[in-house]
Amino acid sequence: MKKVFRFLGPYFYLLPALLIIFVFRFLPMLYAFRVSFYKWGMAGAEKFVGFSNYINIFKDSNFWQTFGNTLYFAIGVVPGSLFISLFFALLLHKSIRGARFFRTIYFLPVITSIIAVSMVWKWLYHPNVGLVNNLFHLFGCRGFNWLSEWRGIFQMFFSSFGLGIPIKGPSLALCSLIIVSIWKGLGYNIVLFLAGLENIPSQYYEAAKVDGATQWQLFRFVTLPLLSPTTFYVLIMTTIIAFQMFAYVWMMTGPPAGGPLGTTNVLVYYLYDHAFNFSRYGYGTAAAFILFVIILTLTLIQRKFIESRVFYG
Amino acid sequence: MAKKRFSKIVIVLILSLMGILMVLPFYWMLITSVKTPLEAVHFPPTWFPQHFRFHNYIEAWNQVPFPRYFLNTIIITIATLIGVLITSTLAAYSFATIRYRGRNFLFLSFLAMMMIPIPVYIVPGYLILTKLHWVDTYLALTVPWLANVFSIFLLRQHFMTIPKDLYDAAIMDGCSRFGFLIKIVLPLSKAALVTVSLFSIIGSWNAFIWPLVVTSKDVLRPIQVGLAYFVQEQSTNYTLLTAATTFTIVPIVLLFFFLEKKIIASFARSGLKG
Repeated sequence: MKKVFRFLGPYFYLLPALLIIFVFRFLPMLYAFRVSFYKWGMAGAEKFVGFSNYINIFKDSNFWQTFGNTLYFAIGVVPGSLFISLFFALLLHKSIRGARFFRTIYFLPVITSIIAVSMVWKWLYHPNVGLVNNLFHLFGCRGFNWLSEWRGIFQMFFSSFGLGIPIKGPSLALCSLIIVSIWKGLGYNIVLFLAGLENIPSQYYEAAKVDGATQWQLFRFVTLPLLSPTTFYVLIMTTIIAFQMFAYVWMMTGPPAGGPLGTTNVLVYYLYDHAFNFSRYGYGTAAAFILFVIILTLTLIQRKFIESRVFYG
Repeated sequence: MAKKRFSKIVIVLILSLMGILMVLPFYWMLITSVKTPLEAVHFPPTWFPQHFRFHNYIEAWNQVPFPRYFLNTIIITIATLIGVLITSTLAAYSFATIRYRGRNFLFLSFLAMMMIPIPVYIVPGYLILTKLHWVDTYLALTVPWLANVFSIFLLRQHFMTIPKDLYDAAIMDGCSRFGFLIKIVLPLSKAALVTVSLFSIIGSWNAFIWPLVVTSKDVLRPIQVGLAYFVQEQSTNYTLLTAATTFTIVPIVLLFFFLEKKIIASFARSGLKG
């Protein structure tokens, strides 16, 4: 008996976590795989349909619009957040008095819920009485319909010069969400970069200075390579988070959410909409798998092509 | 020297500008929440309220069952915190210190689960809950979150730094394996446990997509879902909306101001291990 207990003992420690992870993480994924091959409605499985959920998704022009919007969103948020947060981390790292104060301030949006942030920015973006347009008015500009402008930003830019160039770009509404998302996540990335900067041993800088390196050379040949593991981590995490964007769309756009003209609809909202507003669970699950594959592929691509440039000291 | 001084001033100036950009939305929320509805939409905007109308808060608080939403969130936050601490400590302890068959396989499977984003779960998770008849119960809001791979991973990394000799010595002195965890490992891991707790609390307080999907009854809504629907229903009443938003973020902002150093250190640490 004692022997049995000794053998099973370690598993008892693992059991509570294992049980929950198995039932609420692993099992749903297995189950989902099955569901995605069915026409699955309110009452459960209705009909086995093979791959047609997947095929219908790929045939759906809304899906492709959504996919494009999600790409635009990520392309806007990821480099934007990366460069701005690196810039401010470098400034804060120079041990300016009050650096800690600024870091705290910058971090405030990070701990605030997306719902609260969305609410506040929706108010700031209000077309008639919002603060953003009011500031534009103060400078004699007309302001914009931030959250309900469906025209692409390039289209707007060129048409203001009277040029009809057929490049649209992301709608202004989507760009408004990009701005909010960068604003909210900036503090977290700054903190990550600061931690990375603190981990660079000062000997490297001293040695480079002895060799007569300029400020730019210090940054280019010491800071940047030694910071690259952090940069890589921030890049991957920001990309993954950008592809999971959902609450901003639910809160700030529409009605119907995803508008105007579907230009702010993103993948997660697309699958949520199909599953929970139209009870098309099979279709929604298939979309979820596609999202998963997209995120996984992106992570792997980044690992393959960018990680080779990362310098792990 | 003058050049250095000048560059410092420029840096502080840039940092302050960004600081204003970060704080201004919060400031605008606060002053709108105490303005009269008429002043809130006045042009040009007033940077300081002319008449304070604190009644907005009472009105918002009573318009929808915010007390109930708060209670729900507090229940969920506490239950999840206790659950995560227990399950993660035990699992991390077994992964870090005990050798057994299948340990590495199980650990890698756990890590693989971490790769799957939450939005991918919502539909299958919801379907599993309907099978269990758990939709619209507190169980649906808490039980799936009682274990958390990230916390297990974080604690395991920490537990592995505790020397094996310490374990051997304690066992020699007649300490049981569980006793070692309680008496030696936990007191040595306070910082890591604080990190796990803070992530759990902030995560539960701000959770949105999961409770949105698994609750349809008003009385079960946690604070974020309650606020989201309140915004949807009161779409133009910005004085009430900003008041409601303010009181939903007060608890977490207070927590942040009291534990600012620990919270930022925790977030910074979350990146280092990758």
